[in-house]
Amino acid sequence: MEALKQELKSKIIEVLNLEDIAIEDINDNDPLFGDGLGLDSIDALELIVLLDKEYGIRLADPKQGKAIFESIETMAAYIAENRTK
Amino acid sequence: MTTNYHISSYCKIENNTLQLNGATVLEMNDVLFPEFIKNASKTIGLEYPKFFKMDNLSKLAFLGAEAILKDNIDLENENDIALVFANKSSSLDTDVKYQDSISDSENYFPSPAVFVYTLPNICVGEISIKHQLKTENAFFVFDDFKPDFMSNYASYLLESGKTQKVLCGWVEYYKNEYKAFVYLVEKSGTIAHDKQNIQTLYNQ
Repeated sequence: MEALKQELKSKIIEVLNLEDIAIEDINDNDPLFGDGLGLDSIDALELIVLLDKEYGIRLADPKQGKAIFESIETMAAYIAENRTK
Repeated sequence: MTTNYHISSYCKIENNTLQLNGATVLEMNDVLFPEFIKNASKTIGLEYPKFFKMDNLSKLAFLGAEAILKDNIDLENENDIALVFANKSSSLDTDVKYQDSISDSENYFPSPAVFVYTLPNICVGEISIKHQLKTENAFFVFDDFKPDFMSNYASYLLESGKTQKVLCGWVEYYKNEYKAFVYLVEKSGTIAHDKQNIQTLYNQ
């Protein structure tokens, strides 16, 4: 699980073009949206694409994203349980 | 059309060089556009994380505008600055990248973050968002820079009372070739706002 969290942080920084943010700057329980990393609605859509492309997870209901994308911790837990690749 | 307006400030970005009002403020050698524009953003003191999410055309237009507007924006009040921009290649550079991402049915992952930049006027929106401009704006696509058209359009906006200032720009980006020429037109200034001066500044 720890390796998955590190991988996720790296992919998020790359895919979302988070300039001047390093893996060690992101805590596992930091909120990804709002006061945390400050991601926006387009970033949320990119995270949905990332789940599909990297882990073979297609969200049937985009509203699920709110809980899944709460933090690295919640994202990693969801991926570990649902990944198909 | 005669004009009583002036060009108060102008910025040029091309060939890894950033010029403001004729003075070179950054010049780099042997770097590609992403590295150059990142350095240019730091040179003018830009702290705006969303800048790094923009496509290359928006980065070019945004930075050209930012170099001028950072000293011309009243943060306490609404700013009456219209935006009139143009280029030749529209958003084709990003359109091609987006097309590449959806051309393989076996690897079909369209990027929402790329898709939002498949319109050229998005760059005008990015400038408006940063500076909270709720003003007239337009983005035209021409074969070449048209100083006559730009001059007439800006003068019309000013003479009709639709705005106090107009930020005009030619922002062209395609396949790593780029040029931005952005200038602010208003009552005060030292350079008369006319076709000849606009062409001269563009060519310099």
